[in-house]
Amino acid sequence: MRYLPLTSDDRAAMLAAIGASSIDDLFADVPAEARLDGPIAGLPNHASELAVERHMGALARRSRAAGEGPFFLGAGAYRHHVPASVDHLIQRGEFLTAYTPYQPEIAQGTLQMLFEFQSQVARLLGTDVANASMYDGSTACWEAVVMARRITKRAKALLSTGLHPHYRSVARTMAKYTGDILVDGDPSLVPGTDWAALADSIDKETSCVVVQYPDILGRIDDMTRLAEACQAAGALLIAVVTEPVALGLIKSPGEMGADIVVGEGQSLGVGLQFGGPYVGLFACKTKYVRQMPGRLCGETVDANGKRGFVLTLSTREQHIRREKATSNICTNSGLCALAFSIHMTLLGEAGLRQLAAINHGRAKAAAAELAKVPGVSVMNDSFFNEFTLLLPTAARPVVHKLAEMDVLGGVSLGRLYPDNDGLANGLIVAVTETVAEADIAAFAAALKEVLA
Amino acid sequence: MTALNRAGWRPEMNAAGGADDNVTFTGNRALMLEEPLIFEIGGTGTTGVDFDEAALAADLGALARTAPIGLPGLSESETVRHYTRLSRQNYAIDLGLFPLGSCTMKHNPRLNEKVARMPGFADVHPLQPQETVQGALAVINELAVWLIKLTGMYGVAMSPKAGAHGELCGILCIKAALEARGEDRRVLLVPESAHGTNPATAAFAGFTVEDIPATAEGRVDLEALRARLGPDVAGVMITNPNTCGLFERDMKAISDAVHAAGGYVYCDGANFNAIVGRVRPGDLGIDAMHINLHKTFSTPHGGGGPGSGPVVLSEALAPYGPLPFVARYADGTHKLVEEENAGEEHPETFGRMTAFHGQMGMFTRALTYILSHGADGLKQVAEDAVLNANYVLRSLEDVLDAPFAASGPCMHEALFSDKGLAEGFSTLDIAKGLIDEGYHPMTVYFPLVVHGAMLVEPTETESKAVLDQFVGALRSIALRAKNGDPALKTAPHFAPRARLDETLAARKPILAWEG
Repeated sequence: MRYLPLTSDDRAAMLAAIGASSIDDLFADVPAEARLDGPIAGLPNHASELAVERHMGALARRSRAAGEGPFFLGAGAYRHHVPASVDHLIQRGEFLTAYTPYQPEIAQGTLQMLFEFQSQVARLLGTDVANASMYDGSTACWEAVVMARRITKRAKALLSTGLHPHYRSVARTMAKYTGDILVDGDPSLVPGTDWAALADSIDKETSCVVVQYPDILGRIDDMTRLAEACQAAGALLIAVVTEPVALGLIKSPGEMGADIVVGEGQSLGVGLQFGGPYVGLFACKTKYVRQMPGRLCGETVDANGKRGFVLTLSTREQHIRREKATSNICTNSGLCALAFSIHMTLLGEAGLRQLAAINHGRAKAAAAELAKVPGVSVMNDSFFNEFTLLLPTAARPVVHKLAEMDVLGGVSLGRLYPDNDGLANGLIVAVTETVAEADIAAFAAALKEVLA
Repeated sequence: MTALNRAGWRPEMNAAGGADDNVTFTGNRALMLEEPLIFEIGGTGTTGVDFDEAALAADLGALARTAPIGLPGLSESETVRHYTRLSRQNYAIDLGLFPLGSCTMKHNPRLNEKVARMPGFADVHPLQPQETVQGALAVINELAVWLIKLTGMYGVAMSPKAGAHGELCGILCIKAALEARGEDRRVLLVPESAHGTNPATAAFAGFTVEDIPATAEGRVDLEALRARLGPDVAGVMITNPNTCGLFERDMKAISDAVHAAGGYVYCDGANFNAIVGRVRPGDLGIDAMHINLHKTFSTPHGGGGPGSGPVVLSEALAPYGPLPFVARYADGTHKLVEEENAGEEHPETFGRMTAFHGQMGMFTRALTYILSHGADGLKQVAEDAVLNANYVLRSLEDVLDAPFAASGPCMHEALFSDKGLAEGFSTLDIAKGLIDEGYHPMTVYFPLVVHGAMLVEPTETESKAVLDQFVGALRSIALRAKNGDPALKTAPHFAPRARLDETLAARKPILAWEG
């Protein structure tokens, strides 16, 4: 077996050195009733690289890859062009096969990268500090709610109806068991956000208000007033960003006063990957840093006075504080954070702004073209690269018919809100730089045909 | 020595107009290359990406981001060099033995990487119509079937994103099961030797954590456990094999006692590599166990993640497992069970714990690894992992104190303490000495039950020759620590950095570039 270097002679020599007569001696502590005689029955034995690749390749071909044709899905995961050097660099064995940098003298590569990542994320989101990543946007969102409870010592969280329904679903699951009180609901198909109403709902029990920007329907709005309302009431404003490329074009939540900004970093460097692994972004104001979950990398010096980096403020974390930790998180998304950071470095501020502007331009062009389809209108009056179409019929069957015509034409609100008939005609369409003009034309033509 | 500037490179000349011995102008030492931060070498106007079109003017009014963001860019050539130079300051499995106990740093096969990048897995959106993602769903289901069969359990929750997330999944299943029974049990029993994530998870889910005493031989004290069980105890969280490297011989009796008292058994599966293909946790009465795909099933650790933590469940807990999951139908098609159809297919679920379907990129890698090894190969994995660890244990026990050596064979990891080192010498010194010898240190100061613990897990992907050289190096360092060699106190001497000031980092945190 190609991954096992011990030979039969090695095994015999090692057993002799140990003083054991057989391998079975080493498993003597396993109770007799749990010992297996041989390999587990009913499972195949080892296979060659060629055979495994053939099997997995056949499975891979049973899915329709996004790049095979017109593709317009978003709703929390976005298809962007990832420069070739990103994937090359993250496969360097020194990054790929390293562990968490607990021995900083021989982990400065990972640590410096994390310091750069934290700095990039903080600047992008407009906050003071960011951590070294979370699992994904949805878990980062819930951790932010918990963090707000710790800071404010209040337990009521107001979730905007524009929050991604899966993020809301995660929060609801957790709140059932933690005693947090969530106020939430489904969105309405109107151009404006519910933020003004949220500002009016804040009371003395409110720990935080959670808004998504751009929101699930693609809407963007100014959160300055909401931030002021939160501050006046002693609540925290948590902003969720699922499309970080947007922040190359629109103001960051931090600039508008958000206290905690979390996000899904998948758009940069990571790829779609059917939902994971992704990279959770988590950032906040400096004054809250000791309440943050997750790993933090900090700058220091070594015994010779040279600059170096270490994991720091670990007294927040489970391996030190155990049941008193700020979170149970241990493993994060280090390699995805590296991919994010490399992609951001390749873009730089100028590249990010241009990428964002191209996305926005493409989306505006697509919206205009799709609105020409009889019976179809664009709900949003403002958006970045994603908007909601209102169809004359339920969108969910339309999506399947479009797929038969090889057009992956967005995410229906029927898929995301199956129990809400009032949203059934909504279709969320994302348009990134990977969408060609011909794709837009093909989508419009197919939509026209399906709706005819 | 000439002072180095803040960037750690380009020292100033000394008063005599030259540099001190051993200090170069650049701070580099031949192939050991210093590298500044992107913020020191990049510019906000530089980009390494070309676009086919110019940016169009946007009319976003007051929402337009006009203020500078401060994100430096590099050309592609500079980018490749920056990260390549950084990578060379890392130790990694690809470079040598990485014997971190309880972390299972085994070889990461490259076929896994190739397969994970196939467009049908890598370039698929989680919300695509399900008829267009049957291959991806089939992978999740095929891996799920393997995990169930390898563990002898009833079901598996695939969506947890890492080990600790899996723990949370298992504990929420227990909580939901208790609720369904109308019982409010608040206490989880966790041994002191447990990973820190265990008590943190229990607390996160609202449980009170109480310690389970251990016996002198390093195992759970069954009688003490029995005495504590009662109507307030929701269950136990036990790591098996445990973090002292020992198999919990009484595991079945522990499970039976917990079940008899109305509780559930959570097993931390971080150390599953020791028994994979050879022992099935389901035969030991376990109700829930997370499996770290990034440990036992070889998906890369990536400098701290991503991981993946599927949770196998007993028949008693499976009804409460999270959404979504993949169901396979008789006609060979696959479907996601989500909120909308849970009412018919999975009505007692505790809900969703992450946005999408779990760590697909890790599933493809883990399945590729499992198919490569097969049932016979995985059994050999466990046997070689245990053999290698016992070889290390018995090769070192005469020079390093091995507190549980008399308890019998170890499983996949060997535990040593700092007993017998010279005055003023510690486990940390041994760890840093190993760095100079070209090894990543073992896990240190964990588990907490042993003073100055050193936990060595070689894994099965190391040859006898590698282990022999490591044993020689560690013996030499142990002797230096026993004899009080002062040079060991300042190790590492040959690493990219000397010991770093962690106190300073925590006292005056600098967490982002401030230039």
